[in-house]
Amino acid sequence: MKKVLYGLLFCSGPLFCQGIQNGHLSGNFQSNSQLYYEDADLGITSENLPSEKFLINSFANLLYTTSNFSAGMRYEANHNVLLGFDKRYNGEGITYRYTQFNKDGLDITLGNFYEQFGSGMILRAFEERNLGYDNAFDGIRLKYSPFNGVYLKSLIGRQRLYFDKAEGIVRGFDGEISLNESFESLSDIKTQVMIGGSFVSKFQKDLDPIYILPENVASWASRFSIYHGKWIMGAEYVYKYNDPSATNNFIYKEGQALLANLGYSQKGFGFSLAAKRIDNMSFNSDRNLGGQEVSINFLPALTKQHTYALATIYPYGTIANGEMGLQADLNYKIKKGTLLGGKYGIGILANFSNAYSIHKAPINEDTAIGESGTLGYTSDFFKVGDDKYFQEYSLEISKKINRKLKLIGTYLNTHYNSNFIVGYGNYGMIKAGIWILETQYKLKPKHSIRTELQHLKTAQHEGNWAMGLVEYTVSPHYFLAIQNLYNYGNKINKTHYPNISAGYTKNTTRFALGYGKQREGIFCVGGVCRNVPKSNGFSLSITSSF
Amino acid sequence: MKKILILILFILTNTFCVAQTKNTKLPSVNVKSINGKTVNTDTFENEDNPIVISFWATWCKPCAKELNAISEVYDDWQEETGVKVIAVSIDDSRNAAKVAPFANGKDWPFEIYIDANSDLKRALNVNAIPHTFLLNANKEIVWQHTSYLDGDEEELYEEILKL
Repeated sequence: MKKVLYGLLFCSGPLFCQGIQNGHLSGNFQSNSQLYYEDADLGITSENLPSEKFLINSFANLLYTTSNFSAGMRYEANHNVLLGFDKRYNGEGITYRYTQFNKDGLDITLGNFYEQFGSGMILRAFEERNLGYDNAFDGIRLKYSPFNGVYLKSLIGRQRLYFDKAEGIVRGFDGEISLNESFESLSDIKTQVMIGGSFVSKFQKDLDPIYILPENVASWASRFSIYHGKWIMGAEYVYKYNDPSATNNFIYKEGQALLANLGYSQKGFGFSLAAKRIDNMSFNSDRNLGGQEVSINFLPALTKQHTYALATIYPYGTIANGEMGLQADLNYKIKKGTLLGGKYGIGILANFSNAYSIHKAPINEDTAIGESGTLGYTSDFFKVGDDKYFQEYSLEISKKINRKLKLIGTYLNTHYNSNFIVGYGNYGMIKAGIWILETQYKLKPKHSIRTELQHLKTAQHEGNWAMGLVEYTVSPHYFLAIQNLYNYGNKINKTHYPNISAGYTKNTTRFALGYGKQREGIFCVGGVCRNVPKSNGFSLSITSSF
Repeated sequence: MKKILILILFILTNTFCVAQTKNTKLPSVNVKSINGKTVNTDTFENEDNPIVISFWATWCKPCAKELNAISEVYDDWQEETGVKVIAVSIDDSRNAAKVAPFANGKDWPFEIYIDANSDLKRALNVNAIPHTFLLNANKEIVWQHTSYLDGDEEELYEEILKL
């Protein structure tokens, strides 16, 4: 298979030269490296220092594109991977290569590809390079649009597992119809309606000595969205047939997921509301692998995604075995020229989210909830469980004072149940209040100074934190930042985490050099999280694209 | 090793014809409009005036800063150069439903699209956001920039004026 693919790539080269003059080669490159040091304050001794002392993650993509053909590859070299990444990423190789062509409206991809059906709760292959997450398919994908507004996709393939591939084969089909595009009589009406559906099935041999496991696991999903003027409404429901796995402790229960959204927006005002219920919905290419490895689907965490340092200490990650939650988000701009808004107006962002366990009852008197080899439990769809996993509300107010100065004040209140959320271990319900003040000041054209003052107050886990940051930037090339995180409320070890970093950007090339200490913690982007150990050292990051 | 050799050969055999072309055309990729329509990037149009494409996400602070900064001077820019700004969000399903309320809440006057599967992001080799492209009248990429520092929009405007 591989040989054929490379052969195709090779032979096709000269042909394109004759046929297509508009071919174009492009690409990108990124490397992140760190030199690690011992640190008595952090408890890093020569024994738990990585033996290589210097670690590096790097990759480069090359992409060749013409009007209806493209081919690309990614080469990765990790010698060895940075701390916090899975060691199975050590090494080098071509981890992604594909060819894609478009003929008579049929779009064909051979090789690796990323894909998402609907919201991704039934199928989503994606990469989050900075978290070491990549579950790309290797196989074949077809996309076809037989009529206006009708989009069909089908795929078959296996998913990436570090430098290898998962055992299971995934087959999928997705169809979507946009009624207003398909029917001319509807094209001009105010209400836009889209409906869609998917079918996904995986195959994995049953070699289990105890249980008779389903070798083919099917799942289906249906979705709709309606746009009416300033309103948006949508929902997706996913059903998965019994799929005993390491994550659900080998129970034979079906899985379900529901995600619903409602949104309203007009100039200067936006509001959205989302609800979800997830029940036994981990779906992996390999039933024996848990967590985020070779996930076929993606279960989004319905909580606000933070970027301020102290606000990221307690991030929520979806609990695939069962959760239900809500999120409300408000975005409002008080107009300039009003009494409250003043000369420049005021920006307001408010968010509320929560997540609870789902209701679970034993299937009969003799069987414990979630016992292996049984149907696991029964669950009332609309009943909330007893455990609160997470709750957060936040308010952010931004105000431009004058042409030079802008202030952003934020308050967050987080309840984080560490007994259930993967990350820190059993500290019970961690309740934290976080205050943040950011100032942005323009010293002169292209020269700016930015500061952050942050405080996190909690009686649990590691106690209180304080943080300060000063950043000086000169557009369009330079930045210099100094920061310190101080875990002054820690009863065992009050630790400072100072850090200094500087960077240079020219067009698409960026260098960033840092020196300092890194706290231990969970770092999340989207729904994917990575545990990063504490460290002390120099780091260098280079990215470029052409 | 053999694989790498084959790939290098492949690239070399193409280098000759690659060398003949000048600027990259905007790749043809499907994205979604904020009212759910599938839109191909081929249909991005600004009557022979320049187009700016800026990648952002609801959780990306520098992205919002950049788009806020452009939004404040957008009227002047449009009057003088006819430029159009297209803001492409790479938010996934965690935040995709928030994109329209977020952009409207900020009062951004831009065309907004969602690139949920990152198809356009990959086709344009974007590593990290914010990442901004400038397209000329032929929809060829003539300039691009990654990250945002206060005042970077002035450099972008100088590039627009060169067209």
